[in-house]
Amino acid sequence: MIVRILGEGQLQVPGSAAEELNKLDAALESAVDRNDEAAFRLALDALLAKVRQVGSPAEADDLRPSELIIPRPDASMDEVRQLLTDEGLIPG
Amino acid sequence: MGVMKRVTMVFRAKANRALDRMEDPRETLDYSYQTQLELLQKVRRGVADVATSRKRVELQLNQLQQNADKLDRQARDSLAAGREDLAREALTRKAGVQTQVDDLQGQYASLQSEEEKLSQASQRLQAKVDAFRTRKETIKATYTAAEAQTRINEAFTGISEEMGDVGMAIQRAEDKTAQMKARAGAIDELMASGALDDMVSGPHDDIQAELDRMGASHGVDRELEQMKAEIAQSAPRQIEGAPAGSSDGAASQSASGLPAADPAQAGEPE
Repeated sequence: MIVRILGEGQLQVPGSAAEELNKLDAALESAVDRNDEAAFRLALDALLAKVRQVGSPAEADDLRPSELIIPRPDASMDEVRQLLTDEGLIPG
Repeated sequence: MGVMKRVTMVFRAKANRALDRMEDPRETLDYSYQTQLELLQKVRRGVADVATSRKRVELQLNQLQQNADKLDRQARDSLAAGREDLAREALTRKAGVQTQVDDLQGQYASLQSEEEKLSQASQRLQAKVDAFRTRKETIKATYTAAEAQTRINEAFTGISEEMGDVGMAIQRAEDKTAQMKARAGAIDELMASGALDDMVSGPHDDIQAELDRMGASHGVDRELEQMKAEIAQSAPRQIEGAPAGSSDGAASQSASGLPAADPAQAGEPE
């Protein structure tokens, strides 16, 4: 499947990694819900590390949309929250 | 549902709304391609803007670094001249300048990485836009409007995601560049007003003035000492050297620069 890291582009990730990614993503969501900055940073770092470990860059001219999109590595918790709720964050 | 899925849905929803607004799918392709080219232009301008901002910070950084180096030199000179109080003052000012240097270095690194990211984003977008143009021509040539719809949807959703991502990156870069411009402007104003110079060297470069004054008086003292030593030495040497001839006497005259002391004493006694 194709996974995008915002600000960095798309990665080709084996489907077998989906379960673990979902687990890491659940931790990230829970941190955002609890407004726990420290846990948020750890969870985002862990999720990104895993995706980078199992993924390889997708072809630049691949026009397929991503199945999963991950916030940019230096995103703040507020930015992530806006990304989830406020579509105005994406321009155009 | 998870953060990743929710973010993905937000991107998809945006693409779908755009697709819904289009009446003719083929028109969608051309319109979208135009928008892509415009965004590509914008990203390239963004890269250039960030580079300009980075160069400006670099110039300021060099200037401040020169000031810090100068104060460092002054501190050393002061210490060598036994003026610890002056050295302390110079180092205190240097610390102030160094804080600005460190701050600017942070800004510089951040602009550099922003420039790098944007330039990569520009390359990625270029690759997708090229792929989209090819796909667009194939779809137009091969399929009827009805058949084309699904293929258009996929290509459009994919490129729309890329454009959303790059669009956010561009906005971020613009915000950052605007911030940097404001701070760089503030430092330029400081420099132009002389306030920064005052910080570096005091209203009239007092440390340097003191060092110069000390340097001058030190020079005079040293010259005096040298002359005294020469006179003290020249008397016995000339007594010994006298029999060798008058040419020696002339040479030591011009070397010591004290003509009055010589001929009478050196020439006659022996």
